Amino acid sequence: MAEVHAEAVHAHAAPTGFIRKYIFSLDHKVIGKQYYFLALFSVFVGTLLSILMRLHLVWPDAHIPLLDKLSPVGAPGGVMTPEYYLSLLTLHGTLMVFFVLTTAPQGGFGNYFLPIQIGAEDMAFPTLNMLSFWVTFVGLVVLMATFFIGDGPPISGWTAYPPLSAVGSAAGPGLALGQTLWIVSIAIFCVGSLLGALNFITTTLDLRARGMSLGRMPLTCWAWLITAVLALLSFAVLLAAGILLLLDRVGGTSFFIPGGLIVSDKIIANHSGGSPLLWQHLFWFFGHPEVYIAILPGMGLTSHVLSTFARKPIFGYRAMVMAMMAIGFFGFMVWGHHMFVSGMSPYSGFAFSVLTMAIGVPSAKLVSSQMKAAKSGRARKVPCRISSSVPASLW
Amino acid sequence: MALAIAVAVTVITLLSVYIFWAHIWWLPVSISTHGAAVDHQFKLTLLICGVVFILAQLGLAYVVLKYRDRRDKRPVVYSHGNNRLEVTWTLAATIVFTGLNLMGYQVWANMHFIGVAPGALRVEVQGQQFAYYFRYPGADGQFGPIHLDRVDDATGNFFGLDRDHDATAKDDIVTATLGVPVNREIELILRSKDVGHSFYVRELRLQQDMLPGLAVPVHFKVTDEGLKHNAGRYEIVCTQLCGLGHYKMRAFLQVMTQEDFDKWLQAQASGQ
Repeated sequence: MAEVHAEAVHAHAAPTGFIRKYIFSLDHKVIGKQYYFLALFSVFVGTLLSILMRLHLVWPDAHIPLLDKLSPVGAPGGVMTPEYYLSLLTLHGTLMVFFVLTTAPQGGFGNYFLPIQIGAEDMAFPTLNMLSFWVTFVGLVVLMATFFIGDGPPISGWTAYPPLSAVGSAAGPGLALGQTLWIVSIAIFCVGSLLGALNFITTTLDLRARGMSLGRMPLTCWAWLITAVLALLSFAVLLAAGILLLLDRVGGTSFFIPGGLIVSDKIIANHSGGSPLLWQHLFWFFGHPEVYIAILPGMGLTSHVLSTFARKPIFGYRAMVMAMMAIGFFGFMVWGHHMFVSGMSPYSGFAFSVLTMAIGVPSAKLVSSQMKAAKSGRARKVPCRISSSVPASLW
Repeated sequence: MALAIAVAVTVITLLSVYIFWAHIWWLPVSISTHGAAVDHQFKLTLLICGVVFILAQLGLAYVVLKYRDRRDKRPVVYSHGNNRLEVTWTLAATIVFTGLNLMGYQVWANMHFIGVAPGALRVEVQGQQFAYYFRYPGADGQFGPIHLDRVDDATGNFFGLDRDHDATAKDDIVTATLGVPVNREIELILRSKDVGHSFYVRELRLQQDMLPGLAVPVHFKVTDEGLKHNAGRYEIVCTQLCGLGHYKMRAFLQVMTQEDFDKWLQAQASGQ
């Protein structure tokens, strides 16, 4: 056994060059930090965009310094045009949802802490992990490129509903190259997320230390596992939807474009038979699990942190796991609640409403158990009590 | 520090509840027959959520304060769980959610499962970048066919009607304001010419997306209340991002007595 162990140690010689050590590192902690800094950059840009949006709402005719340098067409003389407002809005939403909320809790904190919490040396596929990060990075570069090349960022919102996002520049500025680049960026991001999700699931199922059964894992690990399963199933659908939309735009297909459209006095003659509602179904089938992907790691973390600093085990560990699984499972059945007035059948609306109410039960269970954990514990450090109170009070 | 958090949570809770309690920002007037049921469901849900919110937040403040670190050697009490309590409050939550859902079902069903009553006034609503146009079927009660190649915004032929050759199109009345008579069933057929739009009148408690490729019927009846406010004029706004003019895409619903409506429609018809 000692010989085998010695061989294993020698197989992992530490990288020596700067590039292999810091840029294309295979180490989960470095990759976790890289994801974290990507999310930090994205949140700064996204916040700046939201400030610009707020400035415009309060003072629509104000001259905003440097804005005309960023976009002479979108903000001539520094005064934001309505279409540029929509561009900023679209990029704000896209950056925040994808490059902050999906990367930081899972890719950032998850990559850093999961191996440590389950007693593994690293993630199951370190090279894939490194690739996932850099693929996500390329996705961010493509998205940011929409500011500087082509006709500006798209104006169709982070949900990119067709036909607005499908018929091209006839429907507005930013909808030619800008929208295409947006779709490409999101598709690249989907690939990165899918690879990352595979890594998380494999790591959690296969690399737990001896004695660390699934029933003994910290709740944060459960949250990351369930989140990864959600990501695997939902990002696949978004990738497919994005490809269909791209084909509608450049391939002459009509998945989402019905016939008989007249946009800007021009009849759209070469598309027919598609359904804008189909995009909404595909998008929100991804979109609802997406918000659970964003929040579940936080919920797991809250339980974990609360129990640590209250110095007692979490109340009802099994129930918490069941609640998180129920939230994840039901999360795939409620997407229609983003589409109640979309034009889909009102009977579907009723069905989605019932399922949405049903999700409230495990969610309430989760939060009430967290509150019970806080009760009769002895809080040690204040910052954690604050940070755990906030999610609890959010509910 | 624990005191500060407890106080902050309590203050924020009471302040936010007060904002709703005192109706600082509240619902606009309801002018449709189904509006009362919608408002009732909303208020009941808000009340229940408000009560649970207060209990949960004040409970949180209490727990944060009572179980703060007092730097003494007080031992932590380990609870082996209380299954009865768990089941009770999970069951309570389920009953409340199910109850609200069943009540809401009634409201939704009355608006969407039941079709419009016969003899309703039918109006076709077309959304386009960035305006609404309305079409009344005229005396024959039928909408004339739409010809895409005849659509010409410049000459006001928004629907692409061929009045010279289509008999049913001759008496169609196209307007830029949605005039409706009070106390009469109205059916709207919502369509879109180019991208997704939405039809939303707050006071009617009615919102429905207008997607190209679909013709979605909705129906409502305006009560006498509709005549009493704003001279019967209510805003129709687009609530589905449709492009750079989305922010200013709006039209107006004009509620009138039956006689006024007939006169108005007559005047619109002669201007076609």
